[in-house]
Amino acid sequence: MPYALREALAAFRRTPVLTGLSSAMVALALFVTGLFGLATHNIRRAIEQVEQRVEIVAYIRDDAGRAEVAVAEDEIRALPEVLEVRYFSKDDALEVARRELPEFQEILAGVDVNPLPASMEIQLRPGSRTQENVSALVARMSAYPFVEEVRYGREWLDKVFLMRRVGAAAAGVLGSGFAVAGVLIVGTAVRIAIFARREEIQVMRLVGARDSFIRGPFLLEGLLTGLMGSLGAAALTYVTYVTVRYSLFNVAWIPGAWVGGGIAVGALLGVLASLISVRRYLEGA
Amino acid sequence: MIKLTNVSKEYPRRGLALTDVSFHVRKGEFVFLTGHSGAGKTSTLRLIHMAERPTSGEVRVSGFSSERTRDSEIWKLRRKVGFVFQDFRLLPHRTASENVAFALEVTGAPRREVRMRVQRLLTQVGLSAKAEAYVHELSGGEQQRVAIARALATEPLVLLADEPTGNLDEFATRGIIDLFRDINRLGMVVVTATHDLGLVRSYPDARVMEMKEGTIVYDSARLE
Ligand SMILES: Nc1ncnc2c1ncn2[C@@H]1O[C@H](COP(=O)(O)OP(=O)(O)O)[C@@H](O)[C@H]1O
Ligand SMILES: [Mg+2]
Repeated sequence: MPYALREALAAFRRTPVLTGLSSAMVALALFVTGLFGLATHNIRRAIEQVEQRVEIVAYIRDDAGRAEVAVAEDEIRALPEVLEVRYFSKDDALEVARRELPEFQEILAGVDVNPLPASMEIQLRPGSRTQENVSALVARMSAYPFVEEVRYGREWLDKVFLMRRVGAAAAGVLGSGFAVAGVLIVGTAVRIAIFARREEIQVMRLVGARDSFIRGPFLLEGLLTGLMGSLGAAALTYVTYVTVRYSLFNVAWIPGAWVGGGIAVGALLGVLASLISVRRYLEGA
Repeated sequence: MIKLTNVSKEYPRRGLALTDVSFHVRKGEFVFLTGHSGAGKTSTLRLIHMAERPTSGEVRVSGFSSERTRDSEIWKLRRKVGFVFQDFRLLPHRTASENVAFALEVTGAPRREVRMRVQRLLTQVGLSAKAEAYVHELSGGEQQRVAIARALATEPLVLLADEPTGNLDEFATRGIIDLFRDINRLGMVVVTATHDLGLVRSYPDARVMEMKEGTIVYDSARLE
């Protein structure tokens, strides 16, 4: 077994409580990140589902000519952000109303004149469902002379957009906060490990060991600490996911790439933190 | 082998520890560096080991100059210059063998050679019988022998010793300095810092340099 690995493992064996504790601290920091990932992922899914229902409905005046509406329909359909345009005639509207609103069936059956307007329903492509696109399209629709009124789930939509922005900001702030906390924690653990082995480091420098050689075990220890911590965090997050799923409500598990990325980040933070600590120590000594 | 040229060393807020020190130690020499406590012996040895850099002047050790050797290269010098201390600085909780083996392993000795070389080094310092004893099971003199074996592990050209017998009784002291003589006879330069003038006098053929307040005030080699 190479020296660095042997020494790194020996460090775990010599101070099991200490290294266990620092791994646990890393796990805790990454666990909170994991919970946040779980929440973010599910909020995102929820937003996507809401967004799928984002729909713009233009009500058409009764005196509009079918030809001019058809031309407008084609124009709208040609826009890159538009997924689908559907035309509902007055008769279609009545049909739907009869089917979906049984309590009004009698009223509707009795009338000779159809009071419902024709309409055009527009769906945007996923990824194009931004506030700007919606506003632009609403303005464009309103400009057609045959359009009576344009409706879209305004309040809903504004909330969704706000939620998404807050979510992105929170993810950025919390994510980097926990990354910094993780580095500090692993750094402290490695500094403690260095302190525990300061006599050995002094002897190594005394007899002429290379700096890279002295650094090796600590970097490896940081890597292992980060790796163990992030695996622990992944396990804890998974347990939480299972618990929530079976006792509270249906949530989705984080995508595999996020989990892999999180573990890699944990390991990397471990190496980075020990690199900083060791370099500082070796320069100071 | 060791050459100091107009070397001064100033510690921050402490003033000059060494003032304009020059001397030359050649291959095969056996040197005592004497003087009262605070005279500058430790500072001189640390400069030779490049644990410190001179404030002015130049220290040259076996092709390494204090002016040109970068921090990242000092490990190369350290393998050519062994160092032993008054307090031994062995790794506790390890045996004599493990302490010597540690020096070999961390300087990249091939693993299959380590056992054999540890045995040879402990035999050289007269401690082969105690190879598997833990540090706390050894006497002061024996601990210092382990430290010497460790210092010899990289086959250095120079051995520096800072008050190596300061913690030892007279009998153990003799043993250590006699060991230094043996090592010196194999061709290694040995420089021993000590304030024990009685000890110095009992090795009349050694070169003696006396320091006082940061300067060399006497050098037996300059009298000839
Ligand atoms: N690291 C240091 N920082 C500040 N002053 C020091 C340091 N090392 C030595 N000195 C000072 O330098 C002078 C010489 O000390 P030293 O070389 O240790 O002498 P010796 O080994 O002969 O007793 C003393 O005055 C001491 O206080
Ligand atoms: Mg001293």
